[in-house]
Amino acid sequence: MTSVKTEKIASAALIVGVFIVWEIACLVFGISEFVLPRPTQIIFTLVDRWPALMPHAVQTLYTTLVGFALGVSAGVLIGMLIGSSRLAYNVAFPLLVGFSSIPKVAVVPIFVLWFGSGTVPAILTSMIISVFPVVVNMATGLATTEPELEDVLRTMKATKRDILLNIGLPRAMPYLFASLKVAVTLSFVGTVISETVASNKGIGNMMLIASSNFNVPLVFAGLFILAGLGIALYVIFSLIERRVTGWANRKTEFAMG
Amino acid sequence: MTTNPVPFARVAPIPTAPPAPPPPEPQRKLFIELEKVTVSYGKGETATQALAEVSLRAGEGDFIALVGPSGCGKSTILKLVGDLLKATSGNVFVAGREVGAQDVRIGMAFQNPTLLPWLTIRDNVMLPLKIVQPFRADWRQKRKTEYRDRAEALLAKVGLKDFGSKFPWQLSGGMQQRASLCRALIHDPNLLLLDEPFGALDQFTREELWGILQTLWIDTKPTVLLVTHDLRESAFLANRIVVMSARPGRILVDEPVAFARPRTIDTTYEPGFTNLTHKLRTLIVEARGAAGAT
Ligand SMILES: Nc1ncnc2c1ncn2[C@@H]1O[C@H](COP(=O)(O)OP(=O)(O)OP(=O)(O)O)[C@@H](O)[C@H]1O
Ligand SMILES: [Mg+2]
Repeated sequence: MTSVKTEKIASAALIVGVFIVWEIACLVFGISEFVLPRPTQIIFTLVDRWPALMPHAVQTLYTTLVGFALGVSAGVLIGMLIGSSRLAYNVAFPLLVGFSSIPKVAVVPIFVLWFGSGTVPAILTSMIISVFPVVVNMATGLATTEPELEDVLRTMKATKRDILLNIGLPRAMPYLFASLKVAVTLSFVGTVISETVASNKGIGNMMLIASSNFNVPLVFAGLFILAGLGIALYVIFSLIERRVTGWANRKTEFAMG
Repeated sequence: MTTNPVPFARVAPIPTAPPAPPPPEPQRKLFIELEKVTVSYGKGETATQALAEVSLRAGEGDFIALVGPSGCGKSTILKLVGDLLKATSGNVFVAGREVGAQDVRIGMAFQNPTLLPWLTIRDNVMLPLKIVQPFRADWRQKRKTEYRDRAEALLAKVGLKDFGSKFPWQLSGGMQQRASLCRALIHDPNLLLLDEPFGALDQFTREELWGILQTLWIDTKPTVLLVTHDLRESAFLANRIVVMSARPGRILVDEPVAFARPRTIDTTYEPGFTNLTHKLRTLIVEARGAAGAT
């Protein structure tokens, strides 16, 4: 227990330390704010410009969450299809790996071509980028059912649906939630990229405009907002994960406490 | 050591040659029938023949133990009867119809407890009630009342009275195995398929569970196929012991076990019992030797 606490204190100290070193380095070496603004400057800008920044932050968060929700729904469905039969799993996996290795950024121009610039391509990018980790983890989670357990259920004349609902899905949950944490972060990346390329709203767009005006502290303020949102979402999904799939970690937790 | 020529004092006459007809149990309805069943895993060059023309019959409510060298096809027989595997040739009948076509309730337990880690012990035990008819129809109404009590009662019988609300990882291996046995029994199966269910337990737990299983069997009389490597276990529990040869499995001996029920651990130290297990042991050593030579 104490070691966990020390670890937490240490990582908090490290974060604060990085900011302090950053601040001092900027002061000592006289780094211009057009290159690297000091953390205090960034935070000042953040507070000062908050009324203007806020709508962008909301837009980015909204786009990300919609895209993420669509991506997860699609990912869970496709993952269930692929994971529910060994044949589908083996057949579809190469295609999946192929798709997932395409840099998703490359699809932004295509979406812009199809849907024009704005919120739609951003949502789609955020969706497409978050779909693959979910599909892969869902399918893997479903495909790794204990054969003996399946025997027990088959002798009970359990339908495919029974097996899916009672064994497959609960077992896949830890895999799913592990992927959600990754996917939500990726979703953010997708949204911001698309906003940067083709939008007039959102943090990505705001940062692009700020950088063309050489308002570097504002660019960094945008970065801080993104980091804050990203961390918040990651933490939320970690907490949900712990509640829903506690059974997968209980053993170790128990041993520790 | 050579075979003991002394007759088996307390046992009913034991046929020494492989007997063709099943032992004359008093008018048992035929429940399981394997008719010249051959099973090969894989195809062509790499195929492994697991069973060679095995014929086996079991009456309703019979308790049969399958023993034999490792890899001789015991688990394969259970899979055939549970309709988890199709015979390469030959026929398998259960309850008078082709396997899979009939409406038997099957309970199954393995060496590993295979409990679901996200369910409590009680919910694990209740799982069959959620899936198997006719229990399934009333699942919603009764899962909080009648079914729950039923699970608790069964858990109490195996010595897990206060553990219903615990999770599997909070129980020892032996306790998990008891729960797994409960899961196999909760839906009143008329066919029990047990594949070395006590294989991973210490001797005292094992003997205790023999007693429990015997009691449960006497109460509800399901037909049981028990695979085991423990000859004392087979002689303690079964009405008949089927000894199989090394792969490809054939039936060497079909031995009736006539000790009065309920048997106790003391029974296992009687001369008749020891003679029987000794005889079985000799048979299996011979069967292994025949395969080991190649
Ligand atoms: N899925 C499979 N694929 C290929 N061969 C198999 C498969 N399952 C079993 N076999 C082979 O069939 C033979 C019989 O297997 P089975 O599991 O029925 O043996 P067993 O008598 O239960 O052995 P044990 O006592 O070790 O559990 C074994 O020799 C094994 O190699
Ligand atoms: Mg086996």
